[in-house]
Amino acid sequence: MLTRRRFLETSALTGVALIVGVRLEPRCADAADQVLAPNAFVRIAPDNTVTIVAKHIELGQGTYTGLATILAEELDADWSQIRVEAAPADAERYGNRLAGGAQMTGGSTAMAESWEQMRRAGATARAMLVEAAARDWGVPASEITVERGVVSHAPSGRRATFGELAGKAATLTPPAQVTLKDPKDFTLVGKDLRRVDGRAKTDGSAQFTLDLVLPQMLTALIARPPRFGAILKSFDATAARRVKGVTHVVAVPAGVAVVAESFWAARKGREALRVTWDESRAETRGTEELFAAYRVLAGRPGTPARRDGDVAGAFRGATRVVEAVYEFPYLAHAPMEPLDAVVRVGSDGCELWAGSQAPTIDQQVVARVLGVSPDTVRVHTLLAGGSFGRRATPNGDVAGEAASIAKAVGGTRPVKLVWTREDDIQGGRYRPLYVHRLRAGLDPQGAIVAWEHRIVGQSIGAGTAFESVLVKNGVDQTSVEGAANLPYAVPNVAVELHTTDVGVPVLWWRSVGSTHTAYAVETFLDELAHATARDPVALRRTLLAKHPRHLAALSLAADRAAWGQPLPAGRARGVAVHESFNSVVAQIAEVSLRPDGLPKVERVVCAVDCGTAINPDVIRAQMEGGIGYGLAAAMWNEITLTHGRVQQRNFDGYRPLRIAEMPVVEVHIVPSGAAPTGVGEPGVPPIAPAVANALFYLTGQRVRRLPFARLAAFGTRTS
Amino acid sequence: MADLRINGAVRTVTADDDIPLLWVLRDELRLTGTKFGCGIAQCGACTVHIDGRAARSCVTPAAAVGGRNIVTIEGISGDVARAVQESWRQLDVAQCGYCQSGQIMSAIALLSEIRRPSDADIDAAMAGNVCRCATYVRIRAAIHDAAKALGG
Repeated sequence: MLTRRRFLETSALTGVALIVGVRLEPRCADAADQVLAPNAFVRIAPDNTVTIVAKHIELGQGTYTGLATILAEELDADWSQIRVEAAPADAERYGNRLAGGAQMTGGSTAMAESWEQMRRAGATARAMLVEAAARDWGVPASEITVERGVVSHAPSGRRATFGELAGKAATLTPPAQVTLKDPKDFTLVGKDLRRVDGRAKTDGSAQFTLDLVLPQMLTALIARPPRFGAILKSFDATAARRVKGVTHVVAVPAGVAVVAESFWAARKGREALRVTWDESRAETRGTEELFAAYRVLAGRPGTPARRDGDVAGAFRGATRVVEAVYEFPYLAHAPMEPLDAVVRVGSDGCELWAGSQAPTIDQQVVARVLGVSPDTVRVHTLLAGGSFGRRATPNGDVAGEAASIAKAVGGTRPVKLVWTREDDIQGGRYRPLYVHRLRAGLDPQGAIVAWEHRIVGQSIGAGTAFESVLVKNGVDQTSVEGAANLPYAVPNVAVELHTTDVGVPVLWWRSVGSTHTAYAVETFLDELAHATARDPVALRRTLLAKHPRHLAALSLAADRAAWGQPLPAGRARGVAVHESFNSVVAQIAEVSLRPDGLPKVERVVCAVDCGTAINPDVIRAQMEGGIGYGLAAAMWNEITLTHGRVQQRNFDGYRPLRIAEMPVVEVHIVPSGAAPTGVGEPGVPPIAPAVANALFYLTGQRVRRLPFARLAAFGTRTS
Repeated sequence: MADLRINGAVRTVTADDDIPLLWVLRDELRLTGTKFGCGIAQCGACTVHIDGRAARSCVTPAAAVGGRNIVTIEGISGDVARAVQESWRQLDVAQCGYCQSGQIMSAIALLSEIRRPSDADIDAAMAGNVCRCATYVRIRAAIHDAAKALGG
């Protein structure tokens, strides 16, 4: 049995260790009956460690730290005794109730979904420790206090650690009801605790799937079709098999797998492979054809996503109509760790190692591919080197591919599938390409009386296991979110969708629908402010009177950015405010012009309302990162297709943001006592429109097609 | 077959002549702290030190670095390395963490050469290291903090 444990040294600074890597078997050192494990989320061992089981994956967003903080808070544990390990795949115990019940990390739901659950889990364990002490000491439980991992009874002077009480507490029945803390008594929530994974990620010891080494493990690459929808016709593996180290060349549903003793051998083998593809059913359109077709659709009424009042009548009565068409490219996620998964087929069951956002989906997919029951597939969730949505696929693509290779190879040697960066950039599952058309009707006083927003693009949810959750009345909610819930006070609103059918696979991309809707809405509103000679912040405030969270975030950002105060020559400010994943983020970008005419973002002031701030420093980090991720795409990124072939291959053509392009970021958190909401995604949507709005004041040009890089490549566009 | 001096020890490797150093480190020597990100020296996740200078191991043939002093994230030592790691931890620079070995290797090389780097020095030295989580604000701050701690 493969059981390997990687236990990282305890940080002297934080006192918190992280168990990463292969999940352990129950530890022999602590007899199971001496471990207090009152629920699926916490184990307290006689050695005084508190192991918190994280059902949401850590892919950079600070989930492990947040989950541990919530539970440790109610447990009154000492931060130094906390360990974190990934949960096994088990939808019953670890399902995400905000994501249809699958065990899934996504939609910035981790803290919101686990807040109450982890608090109760911690409070339950605490109550049992207290009860154990009360019985042991013969004192009333009500006289016992717990602080930083020590249970005390002041009148008698008795004290015990969690470890000392664990065995006794384990014999008790968990209480049916527990009392949660008054937030004013929080000692960990709201503090800038250092991340549990901070040390492992600075000494090379943090283990990602790509780093996994198992005995006899093989490495596989897949030769993939040159166009989406093409299928394998034939292949000649003669030269590939001659490459030293190549062990197998096998056809799999995704293409032809070259399997070898090492990555380099697999790569050389794949280069030597000759494959003929059947492209008769492949997608052969290019992005310019898609844009042209989408623009035509945008001129026609679509499926309603929202309809308030009499839009047609309001347009007829308007004295002025403003219209704009926006174009958004396909985007790749490009996480730093290339996509990967390890599968082992054994007589004792199968195993999957992956940094997956959806372990139970992957488990089912692997089981289906291998022809076994899902409960025989053990899933080990490792740290993910970024994801941004890419490691959450409804069809478990990467895990399924790894399983298909392990099956084709036969035997019991584990197989590690690696996607190279080229596979990643060219392999699809992109943020869809969209065209938006916005029209607004203004009355003689400049008030917005009509708002029509049409969106054209592929559905992320249609045809997937998530269709019933995501698609309502013919409208994929992920296509219209951020547009259909327009917060601005406009009496007559129509939001419509055209769902297109294109053979390019698509997927959610950090902040999903808001990646494009926020840009369209926030730049268009800015255009209306300019058209009616109103200050963009003032106009937003007026139209957001009934949205206190928006108002608070916008006002905080505007105040801290000194909105309205003079700037040095050559600089301008732009604003955007957007709600996504139940959080509201306002950003004000200070922008200058680069010599090539592209924006240089000097500084961003960001205000976020995400409910209770569990770890303010993690929230700041997510806002910084969201701004950088959004800015990379807005500045540089587009996946383009010519005759169905992706034109970008690697980070040379799909240019990431580099350090010199990262603005100074200042983050302010709106104080809130409400339950926590998301922070992983909401930092992304406002940055592109905030920059575009600033750019307008510098150049007089409205950017209606992203990325901004096109301004340099093709000259400025007229507004 | 070649002898490579890695983290102070001579390691005999059996891999092919054309293999990049990165894959010798990762697949043969199991030094997985050095990461694969792009394979074409565009992202810096594979950064190691060769004779004290930052180098992209994904495009460095292993056969070309025999006799050179190669250091990976697992082998860093000394005041500069400690200061960089400590400031990285204090500021919680890492998010997903995958690129951070490379970032830290580049930062150590920078601070070993320039004790008090300016923002422009940082931009130049760190230009080849990509972070898709965009931890750049903190990378910059951590380098400045490490420089201060080193008395630069």
